[in-house]
Amino acid sequence: MSDLRDLYQDVILEHSKAPRNFRVLQAAGHKAEGYNPLCGDRFTVYLTLDGDLIRDITFQGSGCAISKASASMMTQSVKGKTVAEAEELFGRFHDLVTGHAAAGSSENLGKLAVFSGVSEFPVRVKCATLAWHTLQAALEGKQEAISTE
Amino acid sequence: MSLAAKSVSGSKLDIRRVREDFPILQQKVHGKPLVYLDNAATSQKPRAVIDAISRYYQGTNANIHRGVHFLSEHATEEYEDVRRIAQEFLNAASPSEIIFVRGTTEGINLVAQTYGRANVKAGDEVLITDMEHHSNIVPWQILCDERGAKLRVAPINDRGELILEEFANLLGSKTKLVAITQVSNALGTVNPIQRIVEMAHGQNVPVLVDGAQAVPHMKVDVQALDCDFYAFSGHKVYGPTGIGVLYGKSALLEAMPPYQGGGDMIASVTFEKTIYNRLPYKFEAGTPDIAGVIGLGAALKYVGDLGIENIGAHEHDLLEYATAAVSAIPGVQLIGTARKKAGVLSFVLDNIHPHDIGTILDQEGIAIRTGHHCSQPVMHRFGIAATARASFAVYNTKEEADALVRGIEKVREVFD
Repeated sequence: MSDLRDLYQDVILEHSKAPRNFRVLQAAGHKAEGYNPLCGDRFTVYLTLDGDLIRDITFQGSGCAISKASASMMTQSVKGKTVAEAEELFGRFHDLVTGHAAAGSSENLGKLAVFSGVSEFPVRVKCATLAWHTLQAALEGKQEAISTE
Repeated sequence: MSLAAKSVSGSKLDIRRVREDFPILQQKVHGKPLVYLDNAATSQKPRAVIDAISRYYQGTNANIHRGVHFLSEHATEEYEDVRRIAQEFLNAASPSEIIFVRGTTEGINLVAQTYGRANVKAGDEVLITDMEHHSNIVPWQILCDERGAKLRVAPINDRGELILEEFANLLGSKTKLVAITQVSNALGTVNPIQRIVEMAHGQNVPVLVDGAQAVPHMKVDVQALDCDFYAFSGHKVYGPTGIGVLYGKSALLEAMPPYQGGGDMIASVTFEKTIYNRLPYKFEAGTPDIAGVIGLGAALKYVGDLGIENIGAHEHDLLEYATAAVSAIPGVQLIGTARKKAGVLSFVLDNIHPHDIGTILDQEGIAIRTGHHCSQPVMHRFGIAATARASFAVYNTKEEADALVRGIEKVREVFD
């Protein structure tokens, strides 16, 4: 049996209650909206780039604890990274939450490793990755809201 | 099932015996006894239904309405028997008014694409309500877009009840059809269909009723309601998925063009001219879901044996009990507090998303639905993205309602 505490770790609950970088970024050069029609989660991700560097990143919207905490921790993780580094991080995060991570590979995910429990709850993978997909869409300059479906 | 499921005390059901009729309920989920409270999505199936389908495939399987051989005759007879069972179930005037469809959704689409396309013109209006399931919104949007007609929506109040005065105001000379649910899947509201039909008929407007959430909980008499069309799904009333019924008044069905073309719906075909079959076959093109129909027949018989009034009374008690217990939990807000409700308890919890509630309850073996329940306009009306919804069937018990309450308390602990 999968343990609820593996999914709802304290760090995740804390971020869902007090999300970081949870505001509109007026000066955003890039933004995109992400939507999960299954549960109605809806987030907008805002970011400013300095050349290839993610100088600032924020988000706004509403969703479940997993999607909100994931968005909050994503903004912390990718701020100051290059676009390529952020993409690479998403790849490893995706492997983690879908249970495809190689042994030991979660070490270089830093704090994001707390999402490893998501892999025991396949229907929640979309929640954990919504903000990341939205970040990707923002970087690609997509105009239409992206959807997890 | 058997009459044994009725207890000696008379009309009251012995729910423990009823539960034994449903093999799926005997299992554990995540190590806990399954508490299945997602009946508005689909109900579980009694052994009588499972066995009927299995018996058909093992002993009777053949195509219907065409073979002269023994099995075909036998299968045809069983299939047509169910039409009479469904006629009786809805108290329709004739079995030819019972059309087998895939479910409520197909029933509504059939009416939109036949009656609708023949009768709704540019500038006309179709009137629905703010509490409809997407299946009673989108088919009318498609029709109205195609015809240049307008979809009008009657509002609901904060309790989730239709505002009849507003409905009356929207009903006018341009209205060509009213389409309304008898029971709201997201809120549980029971609509006063008889009154609504009277109002619509007063303006010569026919009425289609979405009965998907009504037939599992209450006696439906289409002649007493005087509705023009009535659609329901088998799988929400203990039958198989993929089969349902559309009832229509003979005069309307006769005048309507066919829905799909193919075998069985024709009397004769030449390349110059095709003559359509009589009712109800005109609307049943192709080999139907024969096993599904036979399973549906077993389900309706099962409901008849328990007694729909007994089922409704038990569920009503349970809903009142669960409503009182759940609404006493701090932070709970009920969504849908109509004075007349059936089967559905929708709620939200302070600062906790329904999806998280659903995952934590699942770990306790409790199955509920979370999300927008295919009723996004209802969610919009209440200013929320989603609700948690517990919905009840005849086999649910007060102990299960207690388990739900303990589960919600656990949710609060996790998020404390």
